[in-house]
Amino acid sequence: MGDYLVLAFSCVLINNILLAQYLGNCPFLGTSKKMETAVGMAFAVVFVLVMAGLITWVINTLVLVKFNLAYLRTIAFILVIASLVQFVEMFLKKSIPALYAGLGIFLPLITTNCAVMGVCLINVNEEYTFLQALVSSFAYAVGFGLALILFAGVRERILLARVPRPLQDTSIALVTAGILSLTFFAFRGWV
Amino acid sequence: MAKTLTQEFVKGLWDEIPPFRLVLGLCPVLAVTKTVENGIGMGVATTFVLVCSNILVSMLRKVIPSKVRIACFIIIIATFVTVVELVMQAFAYPLFLKLGIFIPLIVVNCIVLGRAEAFASKNNLLRSILDGMGIGIGFTLSLAALGAVRELLGSGTLTFWETPIQIMGPSFQPFTFLIEAPGAFVALGLMLCIMNLLGKK
Repeated sequence: MGDYLVLAFSCVLINNILLAQYLGNCPFLGTSKKMETAVGMAFAVVFVLVMAGLITWVINTLVLVKFNLAYLRTIAFILVIASLVQFVEMFLKKSIPALYAGLGIFLPLITTNCAVMGVCLINVNEEYTFLQALVSSFAYAVGFGLALILFAGVRERILLARVPRPLQDTSIALVTAGILSLTFFAFRGWV
Repeated sequence: MAKTLTQEFVKGLWDEIPPFRLVLGLCPVLAVTKTVENGIGMGVATTFVLVCSNILVSMLRKVIPSKVRIACFIIIIATFVTVVELVMQAFAYPLFLKLGIFIPLIVVNCIVLGRAEAFASKNNLLRSILDGMGIGIGFTLSLAALGAVRELLGSGTLTFWETPIQIMGPSFQPFTFLIEAPGAFVALGLMLCIMNLLGKK
């Protein structure tokens, strides 16, 4: 149990997927302008990431490794993720149209969110067991959501500040992300 | 508003240079630019995938049904990424180890899919090749530039062919912040700011 807690803690804070591993930065910058879309994106990622993490783990262990097909990993993983995203998209379109409209282009882009694919690959590379993969996928996703929502909050405040013209928009956002990343940096060395 | 072929190529080098003008594909940009060498390696790998996938997507653009086009594009891209992965494993193993997880992640690099969707699926073969090369070379240049800034100030060296060359004198105090994660964000943000200052926009 303690091991899982340590794993979860390190995935959420120390190796934060966005700010320490640099994965999933496109939606990080793209959907963080408004709190609403950030929250939506965070939940979409949690859902997709946990499912993708588990399914790719199963496929990797039971199919790819067993039949010596490890070189097909990239193709297999991306297919699983793409179909999952399609499913989430259809689900949201039917049941929560407002959120669907808010997320706009970024929902299909979860397919190309490297955080999802990245976590699947990390799970395999670190040779996690099924339970460890479950914990790490969930914790990474929570870390993603946490960083995204925190960042959206900061960005909403930046709108009120007077920013020098060349620094506006993406530029100031990146510098802010750097400072946010610095705060997560402080957790290093805890575990 | 048809662009000439030269314009198609050159736009990737300044007007639409990723990741500065098109803010896409940031993850490898931030992650692998600790040294110049890693940056260039990543850039070349991405360029290869970009050109090859643009060629295939452009050739197949009339065959692929529009409803499943994204899935088709991704499979095409994934195929070429696998090729790159295997080739690098065979011929550039140290670099492969350093870039690690970011080689398979070229699949999910928004630039590659973005060009397939926005350009190659609508334009003929020659234009798509030029577009892929332009954007790819632009991407490589950006990675190399960011890598050079971070490595030079962060550790005082520049790495080519696995040999770090000491550029700064012995009294230079490395600014290690730039090598770490937060430094990557700040360096990219400031470079973007400089691009904005120089550019017309």
